[in-house]
Amino acid sequence: MSKDVREVYEAISPADFFYRNREIAGFDNPVRATYTIVRELVENSLDACETHGILPSVYVSLTETGRAGVYRIRVEDNGCGVPKEYIPSAFGQILFGSKYVLRQTRGMFGLGGKMAILYGQITTHSSVKIISGTGGPVKYQCELMIDIQSNKPILLRGGIKTLPNPLYWHGTIVEFEFEGDYSRSKGRILDYFRQTAIILPYANISFITPEGIYYRFLRVTDKLPKIPKEVLPHPKGVDVELIKRLVKRTRSDRMVDFISYNFHRVGRKTALALLKRAKIDPNKDPKELTSDEIVKLVNAMKRYDNFLPPDASCLSPIGPELLVKGIEKELKPEFVYAVQRKPSSYSGHPFIVEAAIAYGGGVQPPKPGEINLYRYANKIPLLYDTASDVSFKVIKSIKWSRYRIDLEMPIAFFVHIVSTKVPYKTVGKEFIADIPEVAYEIEWALKTCARKLKSYLMSKIRRIAIERRVNVLEKYLPKIAQFSSELAGKNPSSIDVEKIIGRLRR
Amino acid sequence: MRREDVLARLREFGLSLYEQMSRGEFPRVKLRSRTLKNIVYDVESKQFVIGDKTVVRSAANLRQIKSLTQLIWVAYFAYNSIKANQPTTLRDLYYNAEAFGIEFEDQSESNEIVSDLETVLGIPREDFMIYPEERSAIFGDLVVEYTHPDPDYYGKRINLSSHPDGVMIGPALLSAEFVECNADKVIAIETGGLFTRFIAEKVHRRFNAILIHTAGQAPRSTRRFIRRLNMELGLPVYILTDADPWGMHIAMVIISGSANAAHITDLNTPDAKWIGVWATDITKYKLPTEPMDERDIARLEALRRDPRYKDPFWSREIDEFNRLKRKAEQQSFSRYGLSYVVDKYLPDKLALFK
Repeated sequence: MSKDVREVYEAISPADFFYRNREIAGFDNPVRATYTIVRELVENSLDACETHGILPSVYVSLTETGRAGVYRIRVEDNGCGVPKEYIPSAFGQILFGSKYVLRQTRGMFGLGGKMAILYGQITTHSSVKIISGTGGPVKYQCELMIDIQSNKPILLRGGIKTLPNPLYWHGTIVEFEFEGDYSRSKGRILDYFRQTAIILPYANISFITPEGIYYRFLRVTDKLPKIPKEVLPHPKGVDVELIKRLVKRTRSDRMVDFISYNFHRVGRKTALALLKRAKIDPNKDPKELTSDEIVKLVNAMKRYDNFLPPDASCLSPIGPELLVKGIEKELKPEFVYAVQRKPSSYSGHPFIVEAAIAYGGGVQPPKPGEINLYRYANKIPLLYDTASDVSFKVIKSIKWSRYRIDLEMPIAFFVHIVSTKVPYKTVGKEFIADIPEVAYEIEWALKTCARKLKSYLMSKIRRIAIERRVNVLEKYLPKIAQFSSELAGKNPSSIDVEKIIGRLRR
Repeated sequence: MRREDVLARLREFGLSLYEQMSRGEFPRVKLRSRTLKNIVYDVESKQFVIGDKTVVRSAANLRQIKSLTQLIWVAYFAYNSIKANQPTTLRDLYYNAEAFGIEFEDQSESNEIVSDLETVLGIPREDFMIYPEERSAIFGDLVVEYTHPDPDYYGKRINLSSHPDGVMIGPALLSAEFVECNADKVIAIETGGLFTRFIAEKVHRRFNAILIHTAGQAPRSTRRFIRRLNMELGLPVYILTDADPWGMHIAMVIISGSANAAHITDLNTPDAKWIGVWATDITKYKLPTEPMDERDIARLEALRRDPRYKDPFWSREIDEFNRLKRKAEQQSFSRYGLSYVVDKYLPDKLALFK
């Protein structure tokens, strides 16, 4: 309250913002940072492949530099590559989202990868090395650092070098140093790779650890899930900020056109109805909207009930067939069944739930009180806070005995939710919130799998019973044939024991 | 039953299973149930008989196929024994099974299957030349002639008092013909000790009796032999056992048969008499006793529920045992001198049944 106190206001750059708030993005300590860096870079690589219909091959190596706690990471992919003119900003400038279209990708803005690079720079004060090719006769190489205060890339050693690309290679190599702790994040990182390999059976992923161990996760199928289409935002999911940005950008000069061109599943008729509710003149120029009118418009959109549900073509679920392949290749279960639910939506965001149950074989029984639950969101494995996740709660609430299933059996559950906006409960993005629509889809997906497992288990019990009977019959029937034939003075070969046993199998 | 008839029945049994199997069916056999529910005491013939309830043993049933296999093998074994004129024991059968890949948990299981075969065919195992381990013996002035097929013995005669330890009651004796008998009664004795004492004391001569050592519960062949002595020679039969529930029941089985052998008739001797040692004799003769243990008491309770013990005489003895809760052995008369039992007790008892 002193007179001497003066508030100091300053604008900060996005880079500066992340520098100050790095715990939000998962860089709060060396252990977590090591895991997050690996994961962010791998996910950027996978996105660079999948969104262009390329079967991903990703090579990750993590090496010790000789300086205590400092590692060098190198990630190479065979993705689309980055055109020369975008390389500096793609890796050296942190941008807030400028996407006005929605599509399911792993990270919305490619922010995570840049955060990883920034973290490396601030912990080791070293640069990042980039090599990228787009399939043309040349490829490019550069080293850069990020000017945190001005959020600008600084190219080092003479800028971007052009190198020959005789093999017409496309892809990107990113390499930099960071301060981390591999030995304590190792378990988590390996879990991440294993679980990623399950959800991406069409990817080759290699990982060389600082100890020199080479892990290879090989693709078992050449089938890629369909590439998601871009769609406009659904009106149920918009907020004031989004409308403001769209207004700034639009070339429409009438509100009715603005509304019907910029939102998903909104036509002229719906646009007019919305504007009437918001008491806005359909012929008004969007640029002249007042703040008050924008709020009214958002409220009208939220309350309007007659929108068509969001279209799921912007989503890219992997499908039951690939899910089964991935589970079979990594876990080698005795039984696995996967389902994909029909698209649904919550608050204007489309989502699809896919689930699978694997039983026996390489699936181990869970530790007492735990559940073997593999959770995925937009093809990313979620490794932390399992017990807080909606899937965990759904599994706990299902009456498994109805399906002759006991949670102590060797069973693994898989839940994959894909959405343009995954309903994470926290900024940590590690577990899914308890949204009723989502919980409902998960519940029915798992119940469908459970029914299949039940009938598998039942038929297995029947099969074992028949086998047991056949074994017993094969042991005794020939003897009965032998002794009764000898007693009767007949030839035992006129008795067909197999035929008698065959009566059982009918 | 004649040897040829027995062989024919065994062949028939084999043929019935053979035919079912060659038709592609699971072989099965029907036999009368030997469960306690199907065993009734027939007051008229004074013995246990098997009822009409039948059970099926089928190869289609996993719990029955093993015993069906054992059953056909036992038939095969019996057939070969008869063919070879080779008497065998239940124990021989049990051990021989292994050579044919037939498994029995223990001898009581194989004994049970032999009983099954008896039930299926209605033929006692003695006709299959299968006998228990013989322990029973006989001593007395009775001449028999062997009909045993072994040419070394066939047609030979023997006086059963010719060997001082007694003669074992086995297949040869069972099939022998009675030629001459100078005794006028049969005394069956539970323990070997008293049997030997009786021979030493010349009871056979003094009481003009044939002595039989039952060696505890009398084997079926012995019971059958006692019946023959009673029926064919018209000799009254007197039974002497320890004074306890077990001894009492040894007498009862000779008189009215056992539930175990209800599927075989004509093993019992309805007119035989239990002459002691009674519970009431314990007090009367002031015999040295031992307390009954739990098993004795339980056995006594079981006998009390048995319909054959409803008779006033038997239930009086049960009540007395129950009151005393003590038991005595046959040898306990020795407290009055070794010959007391022959000089005093036996005449007393026989006099009661004159």
